[in-house]
Amino acid sequence: MKKAPLESRRQFLQYTALSGAFAGFSLPVLSAESGLDYRDILPESMTKAGDSFSNYGQPSPYESKIIRWISANPDMPGNGVSWSPLHDLQGSITPNGLHFERHHNGVPDIDPARHNLLIDGLVEKPLSFSVEALKRYPMQSRLCFVECGGHSNRSWHSRQIETAAGYAHGLVSNAEWTGIPLKYLLQEAGIQSKAKWVIAEAADGASLNVSIPLKKLLDDAILALYQNGERLRPENGYPLRLVLPGWEGITNIKWLRQLRLTDEPAMTRDETAQYTDLMPDGTARQFSFEMEAKSLITSPSHGMKLPDNPGIYQLTGLAWSGRGKITRVEVSSDGGASWVDAELQQPVLSKAFTRFSLPWQWQGQYAMLQSRATDETGYVQPSREQLLANHGSHGFFHFNAIISWEVSEDGYLYHVYPD
Amino acid sequence: MATSIMFIRISLTLTLLFVLPVLAAQPLYQPLGQAASDLSDEPEWNLTISPDGEALPPGSGNAAQGKQLFEQHCVACHGFGAIGGSAMPLVGELGSLSGEYPEKTVNSFWPYATTLFDYIRRSMPPSAPYSLNSNEIYALCAYILSQDGIIEADVELNAVTLPQVTMPNRNGFSATYPQ
Repeated sequence: MKKAPLESRRQFLQYTALSGAFAGFSLPVLSAESGLDYRDILPESMTKAGDSFSNYGQPSPYESKIIRWISANPDMPGNGVSWSPLHDLQGSITPNGLHFERHHNGVPDIDPARHNLLIDGLVEKPLSFSVEALKRYPMQSRLCFVECGGHSNRSWHSRQIETAAGYAHGLVSNAEWTGIPLKYLLQEAGIQSKAKWVIAEAADGASLNVSIPLKKLLDDAILALYQNGERLRPENGYPLRLVLPGWEGITNIKWLRQLRLTDEPAMTRDETAQYTDLMPDGTARQFSFEMEAKSLITSPSHGMKLPDNPGIYQLTGLAWSGRGKITRVEVSSDGGASWVDAELQQPVLSKAFTRFSLPWQWQGQYAMLQSRATDETGYVQPSREQLLANHGSHGFFHFNAIISWEVSEDGYLYHVYPD
Repeated sequence: MATSIMFIRISLTLTLLFVLPVLAAQPLYQPLGQAASDLSDEPEWNLTISPDGEALPPGSGNAAQGKQLFEQHCVACHGFGAIGGSAMPLVGELGSLSGEYPEKTVNSFWPYATTLFDYIRRSMPPSAPYSLNSNEIYALCAYILSQDGIIEADVELNAVTLPQVTMPNRNGFSATYPQ
């Protein structure tokens, strides 16, 4: 029953071998005809004035199908997710309108003129900051991914989800976040020596609250006001959110209203009942903040069809790690029997999306496409079999195993689990 | 002469303006936080209930009261008896966590009863957070916990008794941070 794909090395091309293949064309010389009406032969767009300027640009109407896919509880429409269409995107920046969403009770409408951030608890002097005041602080920009702790959670199930790559694995996005290093504001309030944790609370309809180690806020955390150069989108925390590079999405509190310094975590619902990883022995891992290395081939991927047989396809995808830089992405077309290094788009940044690519020559044979990321700590993205062997199948959170796309002999791609 | 003296002055001024902040190894900014000691005692800034129960408000409630409230506000999503519906089951499944089909209910999984008060107040019902008063929230906690015998049916939960409740899975968690 099992089909044997060709070895990866025989399908991935040497770059130089192609160079001569498309040379040798020459253009016919056109003689000028009198009375030629260029309007008959030019595209219509070149023969008339275009549309007017716009105050805020929108994507081309021809790209109207490139959307987030929403999944929410009908009885509680503000509790759910929308997946980023990673299979339709390129580069490493997720456009603001397509950044994934996870809300616990909808997107709040917050007037920044009436919103303040309170820093209190184990500080020398509790301080309240208006949004206007915060805009005067020194800011830093950081490109990094935000990934939901429950990203890819359907992959724990015994049967794979059959939907486009982003709509199964798109609860992760990458943006340039700009804001104030949290340490400036915490130092202004004065940190008492007993302080070890910070309870962050949101001003949404869930008043979402989680406990964050103070050490992280003094390290690389940003109080973000801007996302890809513009003010945060409402669904991404307007007017203020935490960005904790590399840490699971739930800790990147949106619509931030309070940071209370404490000596102990508060044991909130979203750090006990949820966002903890159930292990086979029935215990759960708590405060598993760091997102492990992961990668995903975004194209070709589930639901696509390879148009040419034989044909050359630019295999591409994304890799990221919450522990630092991606150092290597390997690609396989034979279900992991053999691997070839993909090219990494530079610059490779710590805790950010790294785009990888590799030309692939398909000759009508059965194939199984996979990618495997390695980060600078030496951690290698596990196979699904390895992940389940170590974590069981009820972890729900932190699924970071290799993702597989099967290519049928007629060129269709399917999400599969390797057996 | 005059011109060259002026240039020197300008360059000195520039040096002072731009080099000093760098030498201080700290970005130069004006502290703009407003003193807020008075806010820290206000109820709207003390929503989080820790396991010690310190911030729990006055009031009390029992399971019988909670059952009525549950059927009024909660059954549409959580089902009769809190066994689950479009929303999660809240009761039962004790001991299921290491089995083939683990169910993470409040009573089987949550390590602290204080979290239940904290979460109901801030989130439930989702159409009207903060619409339940403290007596009602204590009563709902009592109803849910009594369903699995975690508390006796006649216990009055309040700011003293709620933190004393020991949840069955109290020791079921291991912190992965710090490593």
